[in-house]
Amino acid sequence: MVTYFKDIYSGLISLFIGMGVTYKEFFKPTVTVQYPYETLTMTEKYRGHVELVENEEGKPNCVVCGLCQRACPSACITLAGEKPEGEKKKVLTKYILDFTRCSLCGSCVESCNFNALNFSKEYNLASTRKEDFIFDLLQRLKDRNA
Amino acid sequence: MSLTLLNVIFAVVVAIAFAAGNAAYLVWAERRGAARIQRRPGPNINGPFGLLQPPLDGIKLMAKQLLIPFGADRILFIGAPVLAMYPAIMSFVTIPFSDAIVAHNINVGILMIFAFASTGSMSLIFAGWSSRNKYSMMSAVRAVSQAVAYEIPMLITTITVVMIAGSMDLMEIVNQQSASILHWNIFPLLGNSHNILMPVSFLIFFTCTLAETNRAPFDLGEAESELVAGFHTEYGSMGFGLFFMGEYANIVIGSCMTTILFLGGWSCPFGLFPGVWWFLLKLYLLIATFIWIRWTFPRTTIYGLLNLSWKILIPLSLANLLFTAGLIKVF
Repeated sequence: MVTYFKDIYSGLISLFIGMGVTYKEFFKPTVTVQYPYETLTMTEKYRGHVELVENEEGKPNCVVCGLCQRACPSACITLAGEKPEGEKKKVLTKYILDFTRCSLCGSCVESCNFNALNFSKEYNLASTRKEDFIFDLLQRLKDRNA
Repeated sequence: MSLTLLNVIFAVVVAIAFAAGNAAYLVWAERRGAARIQRRPGPNINGPFGLLQPPLDGIKLMAKQLLIPFGADRILFIGAPVLAMYPAIMSFVTIPFSDAIVAHNINVGILMIFAFASTGSMSLIFAGWSSRNKYSMMSAVRAVSQAVAYEIPMLITTITVVMIAGSMDLMEIVNQQSASILHWNIFPLLGNSHNILMPVSFLIFFTCTLAETNRAPFDLGEAESELVAGFHTEYGSMGFGLFFMGEYANIVIGSCMTTILFLGGWSCPFGLFPGVWWFLLKLYLLIATFIWIRWTFPRTTIYGLLNLSWKILIPLSLANLLFTAGLIKVF
């Protein structure tokens, strides 16, 4: 009989304690972000799709060595370059990333010895067409500088 | 107050408007309250503070097609949502909001409200039975056992209050509590009862109101995780809308009853400005507690629910009834 009343009492008290917790939560500020109206800045280590890194003149750092293409386990990367007359280095003419196959493993960024690739902070990627995910990174670089 | 035709029409319009308006905006309050507790903003896009959300939801629901599943019992299926809403509106006939604002005061007001409230669970049974859906059926079974289990302690507690007041007239019950805050039935010190167990009675009554209105943590009739949506699984459009509004209208009725029976109705705690605003203040504080409780506690099991009623609430309310009877005899 004593335990019966003890159980009722302790149960009732625990209910009030629980209600105290939610009462306190009620007056705290909201923590969610109203996504389309406000966005968070992505963290330093966020991995979006890869992006070309430019030098001071706005040209890509890439020397068209092709290491990233070889490092890619899913063969997402297609790149081409040419050597203009009288230049020492090759110049990038085409860099296509097939993001439909990319698993964001980062092997390409790791393999690059010229600091020509890094991860973008892009996450607003949604489309109904497959073609929208085949990125021309050279074009994106131009658009970014434009 | 004489019962003229004009009086009746006015009362019906006001009752329906009050019930529907409350149902619509309590949904908003519920969603905002839930959001605050979970530290979200809640609906805030449509209108200032999302206040246009309920009418827009209503338009959306009304624009939808009402589907009746193949093999469903059509009459019961269509009747059930109506049955969910009408007891709440009927109960407004006799609930006094202040000594002047009452549609028609009858001297067995409590009896009438409980008579209509008990038909509320019929809507759950009809909906569950007629849907031809196993989840709805199980929900109906639960609703019956829950209604039986919680009507008993609720009625016993009400009898306790009726014994103290010596009347089933809601106006009379309030008038007896109106002297001061210590005359309220929740506080035992002054007034007719010198019953120190009345706060327990208040808790029992409040718990039973929660269970009777199928609110969390007792919303086993519509336990999403087990029964999809329970009795309203097969309902869409305004059929669902009526169930939804019925739930909130019943909360209003339950809170009105708690206010009248235990919190002194429209009487003021300090004797200042007695009037309908005190009634509404107490009413909405109770409703806020309903919402607060819903977002605090997880759903109980059906065993926990029935154990709570049969092992705790019924014995305690019976003990209190006997104790009160003894006190009335003594004083």
